[in-house]
Amino acid sequence: MLRRVTRILRRYGPPAGAILAVIFAWHAVTAWFGVPGWLLPSPQAVIASAYEHRDLFPKHTTVTLIETLLGLAVSLVVGVPLAIVVVWSPLLRRTVYPLILGLQSVPKVALAPLFLIWVGYGMPSKVLIAASIAFFPIVVDTVTGLAMVERDLLDMVKVLRASTLQTFLKIRIPSAMPYFFSGTKVAVTLAVIGAVVGEFVGSDVGLGYLILVSSSQLNTAMVFACLVILSLMGAILFEMAEALQRITCPWSVGE
Amino acid sequence: MNGNDAARVESAAWRADGRGASVDAREAVLHLRDVALAYEDVKGEPVLALKGVDLTVRDNEFLVVLGPSGCGKSTLLKVMVGLLRPSEGRVLHRGAEVRDTLQDVGMVYQNPLLLPWRSVLDNVLLPVEILRWDRRQYEPIARRILDTVGLTGFVDKMPRQLSGGMQQRVGICRALITDPSLLLMDEPFAALDALTRDEMARELAHLWERRKKTVVFVTHSIPEAVLLADRILVMSPRPGRIDRVIDIDLPRPRANGRKLGAAFEDYVDSIRDIIFSFKDA
Repeated sequence: MLRRVTRILRRYGPPAGAILAVIFAWHAVTAWFGVPGWLLPSPQAVIASAYEHRDLFPKHTTVTLIETLLGLAVSLVVGVPLAIVVVWSPLLRRTVYPLILGLQSVPKVALAPLFLIWVGYGMPSKVLIAASIAFFPIVVDTVTGLAMVERDLLDMVKVLRASTLQTFLKIRIPSAMPYFFSGTKVAVTLAVIGAVVGEFVGSDVGLGYLILVSSSQLNTAMVFACLVILSLMGAILFEMAEALQRITCPWSVGE
Repeated sequence: MNGNDAARVESAAWRADGRGASVDAREAVLHLRDVALAYEDVKGEPVLALKGVDLTVRDNEFLVVLGPSGCGKSTLLKVMVGLLRPSEGRVLHRGAEVRDTLQDVGMVYQNPLLLPWRSVLDNVLLPVEILRWDRRQYEPIARRILDTVGLTGFVDKMPRQLSGGMQQRVGICRALITDPSLLLMDEPFAALDALTRDEMARELAHLWERRKKTVVFVTHSIPEAVLLADRILVMSPRPGRIDRVIDIDLPRPRANGRKLGAAFEDYVDSIRDIIFSFKDA
């Protein structure tokens, strides 16, 4: 029993301590220097504001969460097969892949107004923006994983006359899994950003919208409440991806 | 006459020998005739990895290719199995030109190259799956092979739970599961610690003596080469060529190298002299 408690403390103690330290420092700054609430609200003010407007959060959080998850889903559905065909075909690797890499240098945030024009004001534009940002790490990491197989191992199966399909199913795809997951973990947090950016550009619902409205009313405490929810959302999704990795490919995470 | 000329004369002498042996080329498992291999390095400059290589791999012999690092030993193996096409010369397998990769070959590398998501048993059965053979039929065979290398209790373990030496044993079992007629081993024990390495070489000698098959074994360890080989091809570096061929007339079984005594040491010493002479040249 005691051992279990120590183990839990050792695992969760340091991060919890770090978060508490930040909150305390935040509190200290606002209290000791008398910072006005519209500039930097105290942690208590944020909690109070969040409690006051508690009925707003479920709706707006749900919308942003759905946009994030759909955006991630789209980037996975497009990105993973693309990564596979790019590694499968040397021709595509030399034509499509450089094109994808080139497109990455286009700032996605600047594309947001364009998506609004193309697919409208509603949820699809946010999903597209989230997907366009989340897409890149998924493709690049998956391509790296699929391509980074030991030369000697490929030679060995080549001598066994393995088909390309067999090479992918038995070797390339499983060995790409850890890379795929690190890409996905980055993509999850980017998808949250994409959804919020989309809401900034034009929407009437979602945490991004709530931030915009609150800040225009100088309700800074409310802005912070939204930020806390957004970062929790990102962190929880990240942890879920990590848990999924631990279940599906335990060899890729430490003991 | 400088050292280069001497080497040329020696290699010419060997080449003549090789040509003479080409009469029985049909019986040879593999026959390389005047093989050269050039490739371009990262700067696009041509590099000659192999030059004027003549050799014969005989049925059921343990042939060791010995040489310092960077003399093209691994390249030579790749040419033998058909993974690399020689720029010049011919590669014959049982008298027929090698056009595609050879079939019926087992390969073992320095790195065991196990798939970390597969158990020991599943790793050994990988070639069976790729060849679309009946897995159920080969599972007992895999278990038996794992038994012979002392991995009985590790069949269901994952590779990361095994030591380096055990992982390499699994790699060897995987190469043996298809019972290939030719086994190519590229410095299979080079990544292991000295004690494990010694033990593994003895085990391999024992394994081979119980069931002979054609093995081409690349190493840069002279004692390992002498312990295992029927014949040693000593390669000289840049470009890789076969400097000489040494028959090892030591009695078998050799698993206990110490019992081989002075004759073993004599071979080791004389080969060491040959390899050191490359550096002076």
